[in-house]
Amino acid sequence: MTPVLELADVAARYRGARADVVSDVSLAVRPGESLALVGESGAGKTTLLRLLLGLARPTAGTVRFDGVPLALRDRQQMRRFRRSVQCVFQDPYSSLDPRRRVGPIVAEPLRSLGLDTRAGAAPKVAAALEAVGLPADAAERYPHEFSGGQRQRIAIARATVCEPRVLLADEPVSALDVTTRVKVVDLLAELKRERGLTLVMVSHDLSVVASLCERTAVLEQGRVVEQGDTARVLGAPAHAYTRRLIDSVPRLPT
Amino acid sequence: MTPTDLLARPAEPATGRRSRRRSATLVLGCVLTGLVALLAVVSFLWLPYSPDDTSGGRLAGPGDGHLLGTDKLGRDLLTQLMTGARIAFGAGLGSVSVAALVGVTLGVLAAFAQGWLDDTLSAFLDILIAFPTLLLAMLVVAARSATLGSAVLAIGLAQSAVVARLVRILVKRVLTQDYITAARTSGTSWPRTVAGHVLPNIWPTLVVNLALQFGLAVLAEASLSYLGLGAPPPNASWGRLLQEAQATFTTAPAGALAPGILLVLLVIGVNLIADGLRDVLDPAGRGRRT
Amino acid sequence: MTLLDVHGLTVRTADGRPLVSNLSFTVAGGERLGLIGESGSGKSLTTLAVLGLLPEGMSATGSVVLAGTQILGAREKELTAVRGRDAAVVFQEPLTALDPLMRVGRQVAGPLARRTGLKGGRLRAATLDALAQVRLPDPERIARAFPHEISGGQRQRVALAAALACEPALLIADEPTTALDVSVQAEMLGLIDTLVREREMAVLFVSHDLAVVAKVTDRILVMKDGRAVEEGTVRDVVVAPRQEYTRNLVASARTLESALDLRSAP
Repeated sequence: MTPVLELADVAARYRGARADVVSDVSLAVRPGESLALVGESGAGKTTLLRLLLGLARPTAGTVRFDGVPLALRDRQQMRRFRRSVQCVFQDPYSSLDPRRRVGPIVAEPLRSLGLDTRAGAAPKVAAALEAVGLPADAAERYPHEFSGGQRQRIAIARATVCEPRVLLADEPVSALDVTTRVKVVDLLAELKRERGLTLVMVSHDLSVVASLCERTAVLEQGRVVEQGDTARVLGAPAHAYTRRLIDSVPRLPT
Repeated sequence: MTPTDLLARPAEPATGRRSRRRSATLVLGCVLTGLVALLAVVSFLWLPYSPDDTSGGRLAGPGDGHLLGTDKLGRDLLTQLMTGARIAFGAGLGSVSVAALVGVTLGVLAAFAQGWLDDTLSAFLDILIAFPTLLLAMLVVAARSATLGSAVLAIGLAQSAVVARLVRILVKRVLTQDYITAARTSGTSWPRTVAGHVLPNIWPTLVVNLALQFGLAVLAEASLSYLGLGAPPPNASWGRLLQEAQATFTTAPAGALAPGILLVLLVIGVNLIADGLRDVLDPAGRGRRT
Repeated sequence: MTLLDVHGLTVRTADGRPLVSNLSFTVAGGERLGLIGESGSGKSLTTLAVLGLLPEGMSATGSVVLAGTQILGAREKELTAVRGRDAAVVFQEPLTALDPLMRVGRQVAGPLARRTGLKGGRLRAATLDALAQVRLPDPERIARAFPHEISGGQRQRVALAAALACEPALLIADEPTTALDVSVQAEMLGLIDTLVREREMAVLFVSHDLAVVAKVTDRILVMKDGRAVEEGTVRDVVVAPRQEYTRNLVASARTLESALDLRSAP
């Protein structure tokens, strides 16, 4: 099967920087698969995510979407791409426009991609809000009226409203309380299961990775040091850095 | 508890002393500004005398058919004040419109500019801000002629630099927010992002600043007219009234006091409005108590 | 000997809404207590009240006695004496806790000089020693750096060094590792544990993460909506929680942990 998203020998660097932020990264996600990008700050996770989202161009290598190199200037392809690939961000306080009501926020992909008129979007927005477990009247309210966990649900509703094939998630639960975290992880797992969503998740939290992703790639200083089945990577880590990450996870006393 | 924790709580209507004081500020500001605005509006419909009617006695005191007395040419002072209110509002609104139009456009462009273009625009704005408004106005007036339009243009241009620099910083801050990235990944074009996300989010701060600029513009126009660089005679700008009444202040103080008081009332009123608007305009801020 | 005695502490906002209600707990000299709670539980506000650092507009009633001094209602002069000598604090975000315009060395030297009265070369040596104790590599270089020039983990070590420089009887740590990477967090927790043990300091450790608190403290107090829900030894609370809320909290943490165990089982 052709990967939905693929990075082939990709490198990237910031404008004016001397060294690459990421280099020689090759990753592929097949439809229905779930991939975790694991690493600590400075590992290049965010840069990879920006490449995968078509927000930045690699300085070397290729980003492929459905097997075709992604051309950021090709409007038609980008429209198809935006419709198929959506994103949930880490900070639910900064990812929702504070001056918009929830309805228009969730409807934004539908409206901007020209999929629906305002009236046509309304039932889809209601359905998306219901799917993430929010009351229908949420659409009339402002983001600040919701808690962190509820805001993240709104962000998930926005990312799924246009029925994308791939969901990219940037540390989707790390800003949330533990009990809320479990609920949002459950919601993501449910969406993945019921809609066959392909999930690419950036995270430093190995327990969340273990809960959601079948495959894991470990990043250290801009390079993939290890990738494979999550069970294999976490169960029998081949790289010292992976082992150190696993050993660092604080455990409850038993 | 961190500030975010406080934000996470559902918003309650702002209660207590603070909100009451805030709305009192707004109301007082509106009353003061409204009084002066009323003078300007009424002047279009009715004036006690014709502006160039010199039938009154020279420097007559208040009363005797002239509510506030007359000036040294025998013109009715109240009439002059009322037409002056028109000019004050015209100057304020005109300058602020120029400042908003030029400033917001430049500011948004500067925020999106990168590298050398950003540096050049910032340097240009800094130089424009460092340039004294009055000096700039004199240059514009010299290039054109001493009309109200020239004064408004000069003041507006000088203020647009201040507005542009503010807008640049505000826009840059908004652009770092995740909802902008979310808009991009939702396929929203840049013009739509600016109109739909950026401008609404800088709006509260911008409006407050424009209200303050209005007050400054009124003062600047009065100063220009005082120096003879504003609206030419016989237009009764308050600044010119002050200048004309200056020589006769000891014998007929009303001629200088009245326009001075109106000027102060209007500027204070507008500043109070700006103060009151600050929080009222921000829906997200209503939940904030930090 | 009781070092910190909080009794019936209630913290209210300006409009009278209670954020902490009737909270009581004690910390003995050398004891380590963890305050656990989710956002909005009032745990951080409690630490601020202990230091007399409540945000403007908030008012506290009840009693907070720290090393014999009543903190609530104390004058600023008394509070200044208490802070540093009796209690020092490490906050969550080291970038905002350190002065961005002051070299790191001076920020540690300040409290050190106040306590020891050292000057010149000897103060410099003591500063480098303090930085070395929190296991910062190359203390000479770090001392000359500004906060933004070093990593988040290094900043948090500097903040810890500055707090320890006062040799306080009580170290208050408010989510000190939440902003850090996992591996850095593990090192930081180990460091706090060792240094505090060596100095026989008492610790008030605030966190939302049960597993993190369990690494450093002996006893925990679970808070919810400004009230104490449950108190006990770490083991008792984690293994046999008595209250519904605590059970929920532990279960959530266990759910995530078990996913990791399942996947990583060889």
